[in-house]
Amino acid sequence: MENFSIEQLKAKAKVVRRHIVEMTGAAASGHPGGSLSATEILVALYFNLMDHNPQDPHWPDRDRCILSKGHASPALYSVLSEAGYFDPSTLKDFRKFGSPLQGHPDRRKLPGVEASTGSLGQGLSMGIGMALARRLDKKNYYTYVVTSDGEMNEGQTWEAAAMAAHHKVDHLIAFLDYNKFQLDDATRVICDMEPVIKKWESFCWHVQEIDGHDLKAILNAVEKAKKVKDRPAMIVAHTIKGKGVSFMEGNNHYHGVAPTPAEVEKALKELT
Amino acid sequence: MEKKYGKPTRDAYGETIVEIGKANPNVVVLDADLSKSTKSYAFSQVFPERFLNVGIQEANLVGVASGLASCGKIPFISSFASFLVCKGFDQFRMGVAFSELNVKVVGSHGGITVGEDGASQMSIEDVALMTSLPGFVVMVPSDEVETRALVLEAVHYPAPVYIRTGRPKAPIIHKAATPFKIGKGVRMREGKDLTIIANGFLVFEALCAAEKLAEDDGIQASVIDMHTVKPLDAELILEEAKKTGHVVVAEEHQIWGGLGSAVATLLARKHPCKVGFVAIQDTYAESGQPEELLEKYNLTSPYIVKTAKKILGR
Ligand SMILES: Cc1ncc(C[n+]2csc(CCOP(=O)(O)OP(=O)(O)O)c2C)c(N)n1
Repeated sequence: MENFSIEQLKAKAKVVRRHIVEMTGAAASGHPGGSLSATEILVALYFNLMDHNPQDPHWPDRDRCILSKGHASPALYSVLSEAGYFDPSTLKDFRKFGSPLQGHPDRRKLPGVEASTGSLGQGLSMGIGMALARRLDKKNYYTYVVTSDGEMNEGQTWEAAAMAAHHKVDHLIAFLDYNKFQLDDATRVICDMEPVIKKWESFCWHVQEIDGHDLKAILNAVEKAKKVKDRPAMIVAHTIKGKGVSFMEGNNHYHGVAPTPAEVEKALKELT
Repeated sequence: MEKKYGKPTRDAYGETIVEIGKANPNVVVLDADLSKSTKSYAFSQVFPERFLNVGIQEANLVGVASGLASCGKIPFISSFASFLVCKGFDQFRMGVAFSELNVKVVGSHGGITVGEDGASQMSIEDVALMTSLPGFVVMVPSDEVETRALVLEAVHYPAPVYIRTGRPKAPIIHKAATPFKIGKGVRMREGKDLTIIANGFLVFEALCAAEKLAEDDGIQASVIDMHTVKPLDAELILEEAKKTGHVVVAEEHQIWGGLGSAVATLLARKHPCKVGFVAIQDTYAESGQPEELLEKYNLTSPYIVKTAKKILGR
């Protein structure tokens, strides 16, 4: 795929946000908040950073992206459809019976989905497996994992963190979509993961801290992360849950509640 | 059968646990960042000092509950059944079953009636896994009335208990006055030709099937609400099997290792007879409306009727 400019990426992010609002609205269920926080990360990956081919989703040399926080599937589906994996008109079938757009990503049903996720805390391990296969096969692809602050609660995250560093797994670049919320409340209230940067550093990862809605910062951080040898890279991206829709920003009600038809209309007006 | 919806069984759990908290100061409630979905949230609002939300860490949740139980507390722990049972399994094995500790486990969002969230959130293996743990009681209540009664029973039951609750509203099929006991099935209807044994949402479907069989074919079927899979009510099942000689088991669970397997094992040992199974046929489900999914995965009353006629040779 051609590499989008910052301006083009910005425009694409807006289109993706519109899709997220519309498809969760149409399904009357789903997770808009955490989809909107991850939007720039996924847009930057699929429209600039990753080497992939929507016409050949199983191309062995492709870069891989795992959405470990699988409930943000609306963001992933929107990006995949805009990238050409399937027609965006399919997005309206999200969560419907018979649709390939399952509530959470299902690799059996939708080409382009690298990993079935939805049980939190497993994507990093799967990413390590893909990165190890790359090493064995002497290929050059990168594996990206989009994870979350809530997922840092899970023990498996830290098993993976220790093991990846110990085995010097590189070509593995993770994003922490650090929107400061999980399901029942703020991460600070439920199980605070601070100091986040120090945690990942102490597990011997290469760590960068960026604004996760700043596309230029995302591109720069990944360029740096790609140069890291013999260890995995973590990009801690500070984000806002519900980003781009005024009444959803920082309002965790929209973690797992879809906008009503009136709210969809209001949100779309803001996203023009 | 008229379908009269009540509350989801998870709501009944949430209300009952508050009731229990008032009566028993030893009860503590824990959740893993799903309290608003499992409904343990209600308890957190009334007894914040006896509530703990550990975060998204199901394995740790079980270990912590084990420690609390070893010090005399009665922990009730909840999350989605899929995550709690699968991620906490070794912790259940070591810290609860093998340790013989009194932990009460409530897995919500059981079965495929979870609906739109899709297969990763649906628990179809929980009964198989939890019944495999020595000493564990495993229950799948059918409606709000039964859920309340069984949760109340669980508090005093001297063993670890697993209760599966569901996401959508459950049709009310029981009266408040019905006595419920752990390990004792409830006979909902008596017949001489066939015995349908079901739990959870499938009890309602079984009642509809029995009605249809009587109306259309004059087949008289008993219907048993077998809310407890373990310990299984052998006495009732054998009494029925000896009378009717034909048994259909219906459940919203993977066919391997659920209620059907338990009943078949019992009958093979004590009274071999014709048995039919209505269950999920070794597959994962998908997103959709609960009714659409029950239909697609052959878990509605017409499939019970079909299975019954097949084993009856009709
Ligand atoms: C293992 C597991 N436990 C619980 C859940 C239910 N759940 C879905 S989303 C969520 C909160 C997730 O928080 P985070 O990953 O930080 O999501 P974000 O705020 O980025 O949307 C929970 C607990 C799950 N999907 N998987």
